[in-house]
Amino acid sequence: MNGLNISSDKLDMLGKISVMAENLTGAFSLRVDGSPYAKGSSANVTISAKKDLPGIDIRVKDGTVGEKIHIPVILTQSGIKDLVYNDFYIGENCDIEIVAGCGIHNHGHEDSAHDGIHSFHIGRNSRVFYSEKHYGENSPESGKNIMNPTTIIDIAEGGYMEMDTVQIQGVDNTIRTTKGKLGDNATLKITERIMTDGDQYAETRFEVDLDGEDSGTHVISRSVARDNSKQLYISNVNGNRKCSGHTECDAIIMDNASVSAVPKISANSTDASLIHEAAIGKIAGEQLIKLMTLGLTEKEAEDKIINGFIS
Amino acid sequence: MLEIKHLSYVTPEGKTILDDINLKVDQRFVAITGPNGSGKSTLAKTIAGIITPTEGRILLDGEDITGMSITERAKNGVSFAFQQPVRFKGITVSDIISIAAGRELSLDDACEYLSEVGLCARDYIHREINESLSGGELKRIEIATAFARSTKLTLFDEPEAGIDLWSFQSLIKVFERMYEKMGGTIMIISHQERILSFAEQIILLSGGRIEAVGGKDEIMPMLMEGDLKYECARRA
Repeated sequence: MNGLNISSDKLDMLGKISVMAENLTGAFSLRVDGSPYAKGSSANVTISAKKDLPGIDIRVKDGTVGEKIHIPVILTQSGIKDLVYNDFYIGENCDIEIVAGCGIHNHGHEDSAHDGIHSFHIGRNSRVFYSEKHYGENSPESGKNIMNPTTIIDIAEGGYMEMDTVQIQGVDNTIRTTKGKLGDNATLKITERIMTDGDQYAETRFEVDLDGEDSGTHVISRSVARDNSKQLYISNVNGNRKCSGHTECDAIIMDNASVSAVPKISANSTDASLIHEAAIGKIAGEQLIKLMTLGLTEKEAEDKIINGFIS
Repeated sequence: MLEIKHLSYVTPEGKTILDDINLKVDQRFVAITGPNGSGKSTLAKTIAGIITPTEGRILLDGEDITGMSITERAKNGVSFAFQQPVRFKGITVSDIISIAAGRELSLDDACEYLSEVGLCARDYIHREINESLSGGELKRIEIATAFARSTKLTLFDEPEAGIDLWSFQSLIKVFERMYEKMGGTIMIISHQERILSFAEQIILLSGGRIEAVGGKDEIMPMLMEGDLKYECARRA
């Protein structure tokens, strides 16, 4: 253990967003119930509190390779409205991993909300792998869990970022905004997986400006909408130079749910090559039958297909 | 042993697809052949429970399976390989073989099944069963799942469909190996002479009825001279 005094229920919530106590060493930041709880820095990564706003600045030295930085947030008290600004300044020639995530446990009557605004400034030829998991737990009587993550990504020449974002359970209302701006030879790959149920609402907005020569982006969104939940997917990719862009929105719709996909691709250069694919539909009958011929019940087959689709 | 008694299937629109089929399958490698539209796939699907017959009974080793669901039949020893293998986003080759085996397989076990069907396991085991796989690769994976199940009865619906002849020639060896290694009965719907000549029993269907059942020496000559007749019958 790392000597941090964290109660077992909080550790449990951290586990739900894939953060273990032993991850909270070196360069890390843990935010609990709307306040900084603990943080640390390493030789190459400095994490400091912002002076004017809630949140932190994360500065990564040039040439930092192999470091993993955890910055989880958990809310365990009902009725907290948390707004936080985290700015990442990543130097040149780095290769690092950042694990973020937000878990809300709300068993009170008031809504709990976390709005995390993350800005990434990625230096030349640096590679960043960024993952975030959003998870909530509450009961039908308790207040809503609301998360509105905003991610702003600026990648310099030759930089690469991969973003893996997951929201599978317990988030009642979310508007997820991601904006990317890419320099020459920069690449941004985003994978999003969402599942909504009950009366949940999830909205995703991707906006990527391919400003640099030979820049490229690949946005993949897979989602499952069950019960009475609603989802809206909006993507907007602008190809402003010689570049390539590919967005893919794939949704399984069940019960009384509704899903809308509004893709937009704009080429402002004859050398821009942009593709969008969108598919919304129920689980194919032949997929269920195939798995049933292998011995699964219809319900087991359905679960297998859904879990595979968004895992 | 598979036994089919007075099996008929009439579509909701009133079209007769299967017409009073009576059959005893007591051999281990059986081919079902006949012209397009003769009811071959429908017959296989009624055995697997995918299509519910309008009349008749299906017995497997003496047990009446007519009222069983697809899942119950699968658990009671019926496997079915689709003519067009189904694709799944997010389900890997390793996942599907584990589902087929009914237990979480070790990597080594899953690899063994893939090797049986001539696929280099390391290249395939973590791949998704999606558009990136060719028709021939999907067929082999489908057969690997049948191997993993090794049930009393395995039905193959036109394994040659959708793949080139060269790929199919090498697939025949896989069926031969399956016959040697698996204990149960293999029933293959096919038009391919090499499959038919390997079969111990050939069932010839035409217009939803059984035209003939017998060994290859008996049935193959009928097929050769029968081509024209079927063609005329279809046009009529």
